[in-house]
Amino acid sequence: MLLSAALFIIGVIGVMVRRNIIIIFMSIELILNAVNINLIAFSYQLQNAIGQVFAIFVIAVAAAEAAVGLGIILAFYRNKETINIDEMNLMRW
Amino acid sequence: MAEAIAFYFISACILGFAVLVISTRDTVHSVLFLVLDFLFVAALYVLLGAQFLAAIQILVYAGGIVVLYLFVVMLVNLKRPPEAHSDPHRKTNWGFALSIAVLVELAAVAAYSYARPAPALAAAAQAPVPLSGNTEQVGWLLYTSYLIPFEIASMLLLVAMIGAIVLAKREL
Repeated sequence: MLLSAALFIIGVIGVMVRRNIIIIFMSIELILNAVNINLIAFSYQLQNAIGQVFAIFVIAVAAAEAAVGLGIILAFYRNKETINIDEMNLMRW
Repeated sequence: MAEAIAFYFISACILGFAVLVISTRDTVHSVLFLVLDFLFVAALYVLLGAQFLAAIQILVYAGGIVVLYLFVVMLVNLKRPPEAHSDPHRKTNWGFALSIAVLVELAAVAAYSYARPAPALAAAAQAPVPLSGNTEQVGWLLYTSYLIPFEIASMLLLVAMIGAIVLAKREL
């Protein structure tokens, strides 16, 4: 539990502090991993396999998110030649 | 005893590599630390009796997602690193402050649940049912009780695949 919380916090710090959007995506992966560790730990503690089923769903969603997010990064890079999130102001009003 | 030592060693490795992932300058090094981190998380899954999940973790994360990240890192071949350009409006300290706020929230939740353990948790801790045949059990649950979420997840993966292909096409 404590390990999961610490990994989650590291991911949150990564999202908040870094400017490289690829590193921000990796931080999101770390956060999802922290959630998975928590699910598995409870599954182990309660001796119940449902936690592992949910962890499988989390992994599926993480894979989908990574594919779409990296596609967006590629499309953006082709247009603006940067992956700095401070310059991503296309949708600013 | 040996299990506890293994748990603490793996935990220390996971946390250390996670810190390295978000603190390294070079993005390629960061991705490689991410692979190591995922491998140690898979080791932790084995320790917690989830062998099937460990295999999935290695196949999907360390094998699939990280290769995807490496491809993108090499495709976007950076001429100037993103961190070199600094925005005067950016407030890095606020990011740390918000992270610490989330940490305090988590600590509050943990303290609250220690003070008043949930009744279901206590009941289950008293009468543990042996968890045997890991893959078989997970598969059984996945294809009986959780069939509809399973199908929705597969639809989500299909939509994400099509979306990624459309996004990454040269001209839309």
